[in-house]
Amino acid sequence: MLRWIRQQLGVDPPHQSDTRTVYVANRFPQNGHYIPQRFADNRIISSKYTVWNFVPKNLFEQFRRIANFYFLIIFLVQLMIDTPTSPITSGLPLFFVITVTAIKQGYEDWLRHKADNEVNGAPVFVVRSGSLVQTKSKNIRVGDIVRVAKDETFPVDLVLLSSDRADGTCHITTASLDGETNLKTHFSVPETSVCQSVSQLEALQAVVECQQPDADLYRFVGRITVIQHGEEIVRPLGPENLLLRGARLKNTKEIFGVAVYTGMESKMALNYKCKSQKRSAVEKSMNTFLIIYLVILLFEAILSTILKYAWQAEEKWNEPFYNQKTEQERNSSPILKFISDFLAFLVLYNFIIPISLYVTVEMQKFLGSFFIGWDLDLYHEESDQKAQVNTSDLNEELGQVEYVFTDKTGTLTENEMHFRECSIKGTKYREVNGKLLPEGMTDDSPDGSVAHLIGDEVLFLKAVSLCHTVQISYDQPDLPLGASDPFSHVNGFSSNHMEYYASSPDEKALVEATKRIGVAFTGSSGDTMEIKTFGKFEKYKLLHLLEFDANRRRMSVILQTPSGGTVLFTKGAESAILPFATSGEIEKTRLHVDEFALKGLRTLVVACRHFSPEEYMDVDKRLTAARTALQQREEKLQEAFDFIERDLQLLGATAVEDKLQDKVQETIEALRLAGIKVWVLTGDKHETAVSVSLSCGHFHRTMNILELLQQRSDNECAEQLRRLARRIKEDHVIQHGLVVDGASLSLALREHEKLFMEVCKNCSAVLCCRMAPLQKAKVVRLLKTSPEKPITLAIGDGANDVSMIQEAHVGIGIMGKEGRQAVRNSDYAIARFKFLAKLLLVHGHFYYIRIATLVQYFFYKNVCFITPQFLYQFFCLFSQQTLYDSVYLTLYNICFTSLPILVYSLFEQLVHPHALQSKPCLYRDISKNSLLSFRTFLYWTVLGFCHAFIFFFGSYILMGEDTTLMGNGQMFGNWTFGTLVFTVMVITVTLKLALETHFWTWMNHFVTWGSIAFYFIFSLFYGGIIWPFLHTQDMYFVFVQLLSSGSAWFAIIIIVITCLSPDVFKKVLYRHLQPTSTQNSQQSLSAPPAQALSCMESLCCYQQGQSGCSRLASLLDQMTGHCKAGASNCHASSRCNRSWSDTETFYSNDRSILTLSPIEGTRC
Amino acid sequence: MKEEGNLENRPSNTAFTQQRLPAWQPMLSAGVVIPGFLVIGLAFIGIGVGLLITSRSIQVLELDYTGTETNSPCNKCTTLPIQNNCVCKLNFTIDTLFKGPVFFYYSLTNYFQSQRKYGASLDYNQLSGDLTYFKSPASDCDPYRYANGKPIVPCGSLANSMFNDTFKLYQIVNGKENLVPFDGKGIAWWTDYNIKYRNPDYSPLENAFNDTEKPVFWSKPAYKLDTSDSSNNGFVNQDFLVWMRRAALPNFRKLYRRITEGDYKDGLPVGNYSLEISYNYPVKSFDGTKKATFSNVSWMGGQNEFLGIAYLAIGSMCVVMSVVMLIVYAKFRFPEDD
Repeated sequence: MLRWIRQQLGVDPPHQSDTRTVYVANRFPQNGHYIPQRFADNRIISSKYTVWNFVPKNLFEQFRRIANFYFLIIFLVQLMIDTPTSPITSGLPLFFVITVTAIKQGYEDWLRHKADNEVNGAPVFVVRSGSLVQTKSKNIRVGDIVRVAKDETFPVDLVLLSSDRADGTCHITTASLDGETNLKTHFSVPETSVCQSVSQLEALQAVVECQQPDADLYRFVGRITVIQHGEEIVRPLGPENLLLRGARLKNTKEIFGVAVYTGMESKMALNYKCKSQKRSAVEKSMNTFLIIYLVILLFEAILSTILKYAWQAEEKWNEPFYNQKTEQERNSSPILKFISDFLAFLVLYNFIIPISLYVTVEMQKFLGSFFIGWDLDLYHEESDQKAQVNTSDLNEELGQVEYVFTDKTGTLTENEMHFRECSIKGTKYREVNGKLLPEGMTDDSPDGSVAHLIGDEVLFLKAVSLCHTVQISYDQPDLPLGASDPFSHVNGFSSNHMEYYASSPDEKALVEATKRIGVAFTGSSGDTMEIKTFGKFEKYKLLHLLEFDANRRRMSVILQTPSGGTVLFTKGAESAILPFATSGEIEKTRLHVDEFALKGLRTLVVACRHFSPEEYMDVDKRLTAARTALQQREEKLQEAFDFIERDLQLLGATAVEDKLQDKVQETIEALRLAGIKVWVLTGDKHETAVSVSLSCGHFHRTMNILELLQQRSDNECAEQLRRLARRIKEDHVIQHGLVVDGASLSLALREHEKLFMEVCKNCSAVLCCRMAPLQKAKVVRLLKTSPEKPITLAIGDGANDVSMIQEAHVGIGIMGKEGRQAVRNSDYAIARFKFLAKLLLVHGHFYYIRIATLVQYFFYKNVCFITPQFLYQFFCLFSQQTLYDSVYLTLYNICFTSLPILVYSLFEQLVHPHALQSKPCLYRDISKNSLLSFRTFLYWTVLGFCHAFIFFFGSYILMGEDTTLMGNGQMFGNWTFGTLVFTVMVITVTLKLALETHFWTWMNHFVTWGSIAFYFIFSLFYGGIIWPFLHTQDMYFVFVQLLSSGSAWFAIIIIVITCLSPDVFKKVLYRHLQPTSTQNSQQSLSAPPAQALSCMESLCCYQQGQSGCSRLASLLDQMTGHCKAGASNCHASSRCNRSWSDTETFYSNDRSILTLSPIEGTRC
Repeated sequence: MKEEGNLENRPSNTAFTQQRLPAWQPMLSAGVVIPGFLVIGLAFIGIGVGLLITSRSIQVLELDYTGTETNSPCNKCTTLPIQNNCVCKLNFTIDTLFKGPVFFYYSLTNYFQSQRKYGASLDYNQLSGDLTYFKSPASDCDPYRYANGKPIVPCGSLANSMFNDTFKLYQIVNGKENLVPFDGKGIAWWTDYNIKYRNPDYSPLENAFNDTEKPVFWSKPAYKLDTSDSSNNGFVNQDFLVWMRRAALPNFRKLYRRITEGDYKDGLPVGNYSLEISYNYPVKSFDGTKKATFSNVSWMGGQNEFLGIAYLAIGSMCVVMSVVMLIVYAKFRFPEDD
């Protein structure tokens, strides 16, 4: 009873078994004790909040941030004790920050709600009580039979029951799930595939048993029990029977399926995982600085408190006759007084912690990241893909990368395969004009080659054309246009409107090649595969398909030949097949494979095995048993596969060329010049990898190549490592390259990590071949956790790169042919490897400079802000008198100084982007987080203190002489003093940023001068009115009185100049004495007159001869940022000029052989 | 291959999205900064000289009347317990014409008007003439909120501690004392006098103060501060307003009177003078001093050497810096030339 209640309340999870039982159409058995399982409904909830819990939940989330929590505490302290400032002064900024963040998060959540509602409310057809009923998607329950029509997406995870085809198959694409655009065939079990109408389905009695929901898209284990004529028929169910939510039905009119996983339990929903939060180095230093400032704050508060009591020890200062204490004050306990004084000082100085820092950083990152997606240079026209930002938290990390780990296939190469050569029975062949020519023969017999093909060759070609999972699509219009190889039309492969679709580009290339040569795969229907061998059709029955997996590194098919025999064709990596081959030209083939690999070709080895009927019976039994197993199916399958794929007869090897991507060499060279070490991690063979490495410039011919290969034992490995370390020291070669293979690497990592790291660090290029996906991640982690803690970047395109992408500080996905897995798990995604150069060298550089200055400046301006307040305590008996009015205290960070830095941090360009891209060495200037180093931090902080001293003591000496500053002899009071300091401060702090700004767009002008103007206008307004709701009218006309004094104006000017001139002086000296390369390139940029856009031009870029009216129009154009024709000619032309002069300047004095062409100036 | 029109994802090609808004790219290179510094430096030196000359032309006469030294005429007032009507006279001579208009200030040192509790100890609503706050002053005014069970108006420490020494200046001509007329108007800010502080709308003013108590240190209630001039009485009494504008620093000067009338409107002529002080305000307890100051003003206010010196110093610093930069520039030139 108790248990039942608890179950109902959801305290106890209801009966968790390993499997779930789904009764098709929810026809539960009438007899027997049956416990209904409870399943989630089909509602997708991606939103975080509801209307009701938004406020508390969001507040809770926000106050978990230390900075927000700190300000909350300050606010509460202000509410509780008598403090110098009203709670509003810290409450309002906090409220502002919280509100801005809440609005942003609320908006995002609202979008999610909208998307959810759309999905949940989509109409679907469900078979209920004998008829087809339209309902909303969210109403689908587990067990419902759902009908899905052509080109619709599946609303739930379905087990396919039947389709309009007789064989019960259907085609789907899973592009939205994993990005694989090829068609996949899914099957239904024969017993249900006959139920093609509603009435037949009504009569169907079946039970599906399957595993509990699981996030793995490619794993599904279950079985279906169909009751036919009182007889139970059990059939295994696998991933090929499951239609995933989110996938789309293709080439099939309609299907029926039974819902097994609904709503949040569907595989798609389970894959909505929160990515682990990566934090950038900048954020870490920011937190360190915050702690330092917290220490300064505490120090100042404690010092003030102690000094206060030291001062008050003397009776005359404790209670002068004019400022008597109340009874209550006299009687309260000294300890309490001490604590409350301390808290009051804490409140007084709390603004030293910049409250708006986080919100500004967040806005900067959010808004700034748009520029990556907008960049035309990162846009790939052929595939219509632009760069994609998945997280904006890491923008600045792009400027800090020290190690790049790159995948080879699909990242450095196009992943676009072309069959080149093959080796059959120990003879090498080349493909020339659709004909296979043995080595040494020339193509002199244009028509004869076909006849020359002998048995072995044909068998080899047949094996290649049959052993694959390629699909054929005939009806063009239904396919997602250009989803697959866009060049296939051009190359003329698709005669008869027939096109191959394959998940592996190698397979596609091979099948296409055999078709050209004469053995064409013409299609498969059901379990029959048909090939056309030199005009003759042959039908093979597909008995079993032994799928490819990364561990086995091979795949096989078992076929029944037209003559009735049973044969297994297998193809895979040479290391996965040669050891199991027992006959054929093993040694010669191995030699050929190595030769192919040396040319940088991708090799596959093909083998076959003939089964006798008895053998096949055994094989069939094992496979079926393994496939229907509910427990440990994978292990059992592995065992079965290993049993089957042996005693192979080697047929030959294929060599497929994977073209290098455009400008890979230049990009790698640029990265190297930028001080970034590039490691290539690949699953390919050692020889292939080395040759690709050489051809893409990763390895140079001049490089001393060290090898750590095929190490079998620990000792050997250590010995080899020591040898290598010695060689690095002894060989007088500038650059070393290291080649490691997976097996040796795992040995080296296990025991000799330090030694290995030592060797690696001295190598300018490292190539790891034969790497398993997890090993890739391991290498990244090893580097990441090494003592220097370098910033790592991983770039890859396939699912096998995901672990490495997630492990590295910055993960970059290439939007390639191998699906979207990498893109979805990456932080940034780009279409081509060559874009990496711009992403790092330009965007990374900019973002880093922007955010680093932003952070430093924030601390600086708050030191400037609070230190005078601290100094003033010495002149008011440590009574916590504020120097500035509360409104100024509140608005300083929110209004007066917030916008210039935000605009700066969005638009600053220290150097022209072309310079950054063509001079990669500039990247070194910002490496190792140099702008946030402790030295720079100290510079800014000390500068802040100095400026604060100058503001304060400048004003102090001016006022301290006791003389009037006004022409009418009247005197100023304390608020005028504070306002003078504040005015000087706002101007200085704004101008300091102006000094840092190198790129003045109209927006910079607007916010910089606008901020100062706003301060003046606001102060005039604020001081010009008696505010009825304010407690005191301290500031009434104070500002006007201040400005009416000539001396005050002179003082403001002199103090501002005093603060800034040493800074300018320092900058000039450093520029000339120790110029950084960045500064050099700034200088050389300014040389050509074409670029010298004057200040006026930047405010209003117009052509000569334009009338005032069109000037206005062009100004408006710029405001909207549009580069329309006509008015913006000047942009284009000046752009053009610039890029050309850039080239001249840079190529002449840069040692690099870069040909990174400047961006076309004519685009506009 | 895709058609040109089919490129849906193509980012728009605008100056904004491509981060190439037209921009002014200034550079702090020697070529720009050296002339700039030189110009600024020279300009500042010029301004500094001007300011210094202006400041030097201002005459200031400062008389300490604290009476700590035994030979001081006001010494008697300090040794006695605080009492009313202790009057002392300070004699002094003016050698050259003290150009008018002459401003007369009193100064206090070591006096912290800037203390927080002290400064906050007032009720602004009272001072703007709101009668409801006459009955119940703000709690900030403690411990000068109620006296003898009645509310204090104006309440609070600040008002309570109002400076109450009074001064009279005589020119001694042939042994006869000629009273130099003081002008008590225009010593407080115009806005304080006309807008910020208001007497209750009551006539006679005295009735508004029924059932209230004068500040405990005061000798007379607020409505009797200046009985001769109703527009200078109560909360708008200019001496009161001057006191209520708190000084920022512990040594401060407050404007007491102007000499703008009669024979003395062009200044104080050469001669002997006698300053009669009715000594009421105690400063001994906190080691303070009291001073009386005569000064005339220029457009930039009173004598203030700081600005002139600062301009000269920063101006020469700029010049020196530009010279240093010039040397560096000449020696190193553009670094990328080599």
